[in-house]
Amino acid sequence: MVNARGISFSKVMLVMGLLFLYLPMLVLIVYSFNASRLVSVWAGFSTHWYSALFEDQQILSAVWMSLKIAFYSASMAMCLGTLCAFVITRFKRMRGRTLLSGMITAPLVMPEVITGLSLLLLFVQLAELTGWPADRGMVTIWIAHTTFCSAYVAVVVSARLQEVDRSIEEAAMDLGCTPLKTFFVVTLPVIAPALVSGWLLAFTLSLDDLVIASFVSGPGSTTLPMVVFSSVRMGVSPKINALATLIILTVSLVAFIAWYVMRRNEKRRRSGRLS
Amino acid sequence: MNRNPIPAPLMARVRTLLFHRRVLFGIPFAWLLLFFLLPFALILKISLTSAVMAIPPYEPVFRLAENTLSVVVNFGNYLFLLSDSLYIAAYWGSVKTALISTIACLLIGYPMAYAMARAPKHWQLVLLLLVMLPSWTSFLIRVYAWMGILGNQGLLNSFLLWLGLIDEPLKMLNTNFAVILGITYAYLPFMVLPIFTNLVKLDLRLLEAASDLGCRSITTFWAITLPLSKAGILAGCMLVFIPAVGEFVIPELLGGPDTLMIGKVLWEEFFNNRDWPVASALAIVMLALLLVPIVLFHRFQSREMSKNG
Repeated sequence: MVNARGISFSKVMLVMGLLFLYLPMLVLIVYSFNASRLVSVWAGFSTHWYSALFEDQQILSAVWMSLKIAFYSASMAMCLGTLCAFVITRFKRMRGRTLLSGMITAPLVMPEVITGLSLLLLFVQLAELTGWPADRGMVTIWIAHTTFCSAYVAVVVSARLQEVDRSIEEAAMDLGCTPLKTFFVVTLPVIAPALVSGWLLAFTLSLDDLVIASFVSGPGSTTLPMVVFSSVRMGVSPKINALATLIILTVSLVAFIAWYVMRRNEKRRRSGRLS
Repeated sequence: MNRNPIPAPLMARVRTLLFHRRVLFGIPFAWLLLFFLLPFALILKISLTSAVMAIPPYEPVFRLAENTLSVVVNFGNYLFLLSDSLYIAAYWGSVKTALISTIACLLIGYPMAYAMARAPKHWQLVLLLLVMLPSWTSFLIRVYAWMGILGNQGLLNSFLLWLGLIDEPLKMLNTNFAVILGITYAYLPFMVLPIFTNLVKLDLRLLEAASDLGCRSITTFWAITLPLSKAGILAGCMLVFIPAVGEFVIPELLGGPDTLMIGKVLWEEFFNNRDWPVASALAIVMLALLLVPIVLFHRFQSREMSKNG
């Protein structure tokens, strides 16, 4: 169909591109086991940096802080983003719909420095006018992360909502279901996988954010990326290599499980259709 | 008597339904209005004030003194941005760097997406996961990985020295080249994803028809595949270009002292000089620069979100 040379060129590019994406991460993993501090010297296998990592109280408390913020942000973003996706895909003639869809897609591409600065200015002004938030910290980071993560959730969920067979919803309503019940009994189970992937996406985005959190955080609310950033600024640090390895392995494991579940579901669906 | 043909109970139900819809619509609307749109108005406001040594470090726009409300608007920050060549150079540097990185992403990402879209169905999911996986791990750490590779004592220099290709280490880290490489690396998945989603939906019968009619495959690509994937290319380019213009982490970690990018300058104005008004003015000018690409991206995205309606 497409000529052989064309296929091989794009295939070669795919392999090269994947190598480009994975080699630097592989280097990090390998060097996290290097006994030497230097990247250019291989001084033998050692898990020294991992034990050093687990003794670093600053990193551990930052990890806990980041996980908490990411959990709350992802959960709230899942609700808000789903609501957004729902009203945008279903309420076609609602006044303000264009504005809403503009506000929900803009954070996808907004430079982080602008989002961070603008939210900080909001919190400062709010504190001046109403006394809240008295000091910036977990809550302000949670609000900031929820806002930009909702955009990603909305995109993921709206893609799924468009595939939902509307006639099932209509049938449920014709049979006397209230719209609310229809949503929870019919629509929600169908879009649930999108909610899960939206939540996971929001969780990783929140866990990873440095710039926005730096703007809206206060003393005492140091997240993991802030700790990593301040140590990495000084140069290569083997402890960070160890941390990076753990992050990469965790994400790979979750992705593998997700792939496995998706493949199993696909197989089940296929065999169900055949029988 | 009753000219309304709809019975009252039904009317009441419709009314509550409409009310529920408004509430449902209102929740995300209010949230985004407060935490997304209003903050932009505030940036604009602060950019028109002058900096003072106080908390917060700017003068109020509206002042009420002796029963007179005075509005003080200060355009000085914008004039200051124009007068200092540093800022213009930073804007130009950002746009140039982002543009080169976007083109690099497109040149690498398009063939990747093409190969993925042509791969057997059961491979597509695996390949998609493989491409997206790096973007789910830490962005910061992926940028940091290049510090170890590009440094003077780094892996790449050691390797090239060992090969005997160079006699002394090449300076790669802390250069503009490193910044472009870093942006290309970090944003590549965001280029591949929209192009892949677009190419996978391509009607293969069009390509068959073209080849049946004697079109050479390279001509088919230029005449059919490429124009039909325009929307995906556009979305990918916006997803890379716009955040890259405001990028802070990559120029900070991989760039050198001569790397001028607006995200970094804004950060320094805000955190080091504590000049909030100038930082706000920088943000407003950056937004103005990015308005056209943002509107383009929004058009694409809202079409994606509301088709098959």
